[in-house]
Amino acid sequence: MPKDFLQGARDHYDCIVIGSGLAGLTAANTLARTGQSVLLLEQHYKLGGMATWFKRPGGHIFDISLHGFPVGMIKSCRRYWTQEIADSIVQLKNIRFDNPMFSLTTTFNREDFTRLLVEKFQVSAERVQAFFDTARGMNFYDDQSTTAGELFERFFPGREDIIRLLMEPITYANGSTLEDPAISYGIVFSNFMSKGVFTFEGGTDRLIHLMHEELLRSGVDVRIKCDVQRILVNRGRVAGVQVNGRTIGARAVISNANLKSTVLKMIGPEHFDRSFLDEAEAVRLNNSSCQVYMALRPGEMLDESLGDLLFSSTAPLFRTDLLLSRDVTSRTYSFYYPRTRPGSDRCLVVSSTNARYEDWAGLSDEAYEDSKRDLVESTLEALGRYIPDIRQKLDHAEASTPRTFRHYTRHLQGASFGTKFEGLAVSRALPEQIAGLYHAGSVGIIMSGWLGAMNYGVIVANDVDSWLMKSNRQTPLATAT
Amino acid sequence: MSPPEIKEAILDILESIAPDEDVTNVKDDVPLREQLELDSMDFLDIVMELRKRYRVQIPEDDYVQLATINSTVEYLAPLMKDLQKA
Repeated sequence: MPKDFLQGARDHYDCIVIGSGLAGLTAANTLARTGQSVLLLEQHYKLGGMATWFKRPGGHIFDISLHGFPVGMIKSCRRYWTQEIADSIVQLKNIRFDNPMFSLTTTFNREDFTRLLVEKFQVSAERVQAFFDTARGMNFYDDQSTTAGELFERFFPGREDIIRLLMEPITYANGSTLEDPAISYGIVFSNFMSKGVFTFEGGTDRLIHLMHEELLRSGVDVRIKCDVQRILVNRGRVAGVQVNGRTIGARAVISNANLKSTVLKMIGPEHFDRSFLDEAEAVRLNNSSCQVYMALRPGEMLDESLGDLLFSSTAPLFRTDLLLSRDVTSRTYSFYYPRTRPGSDRCLVVSSTNARYEDWAGLSDEAYEDSKRDLVESTLEALGRYIPDIRQKLDHAEASTPRTFRHYTRHLQGASFGTKFEGLAVSRALPEQIAGLYHAGSVGIIMSGWLGAMNYGVIVANDVDSWLMKSNRQTPLATAT
Repeated sequence: MSPPEIKEAILDILESIAPDEDVTNVKDDVPLREQLELDSMDFLDIVMELRKRYRVQIPEDDYVQLATINSTVEYLAPLMKDLQKA
């Protein structure tokens, strides 16, 4: 008999959370702390969603998405998780850019960007301040027709080098482009590029382990290898889910799965208004990524002057469409030193490039394996520019592609940054379509990345808590059918 | 709860949300955002705490009422007048 991963689970909960990405985890924990009964269902055998890691023989541990997040994580972790988690967040102080237009190192905060723009890029301090203030002052209700590209043109006309400096990290962090609305850029920029870049000491595995412990303390029923087939709807209200052949009732459901899969697959088009469906279908997914994971032999050290994050490119100009091309000219390297995982003697490098699912989806198995080998080889060659003896120091290297992301996260098209801007409105409008149904996850660029996803989980948990309290009053005997 | 008790309850919540800030000197008629380093998540936390502690529901459209201590107390007074001090 196969193992029953739902053994001992109740037949009914106040809320079921589908998916344990940072938004799902944080929503589950926040709701349980308010006293609601919560069941968390994860289809994979590990919690974390894209906040994940993998191990390889020889004791190598690779982080998939731990590349740096904004300072706001400290506050969110302290408040929605634990002091111990917040206390493990440390700053990455050496952020490097190297491309045909400029090479520089920055601490990645407002003061240092101002210094660089004034001294190195010869912009007046007033102009820099005006740009920062404008980006900072943007909020969700502002004009959405201005694009990020137009915003740059207004402050730094004709300055492709400055656009590259200010845009490349954001593109790397959340897949956004110059054609996306300026407000999504402004909100992310003022969060991300004002007070430095931070990481989690001990790695993603330690973070997720600590979160798992806290979920249990908060009383969340946590289940892995539980693949939700359907979200059940009864007379316009959420009734529960079908999972591993069982039906479990709930008054509210939060999907932390991909927004489009939630609407189109888990619920089904028949439950929605035509106009909502049109909007949901029109939501553009963000692109995916390729990564190459490289582990050095035990004890082989990298010189820390390499930096913590290196935005590297050989392309003469910055073009977001070029970033997606399989003819890779831009790579972002995360260098992990032993201090990242205290007690370890390992240095690792993860190279990331943005990529399109369609470029990888159609390959035969053989062509796919060949392409992955090419990706590893070309990356080692490119990295040789910074670490000439990388091949001698190397112990293990392998690649992941949009297909890998598709396989593990079940995201449509292997999307690794959620959806474009319009996804947020669709995500927020779900409960107007089906009472008690919510979505939390990387949508609309603003709610993406580790901090965005986590905070969106809290925002949605607040909505659900409010709805549960209201619906309790209206229909005290409401049960699933 | 009386208005002074409501004020005390709000300061108590603020203290738990912003442990690094001194909330004892907060002025009643000046926007909280100008006195403390609060962002939109902090205001959401105030709303969640009010619901958790006092079962008070504040619709999203009314979040603007939480601008100052005075406006918050004024907004909450009719909602909390029948509650006993926690």
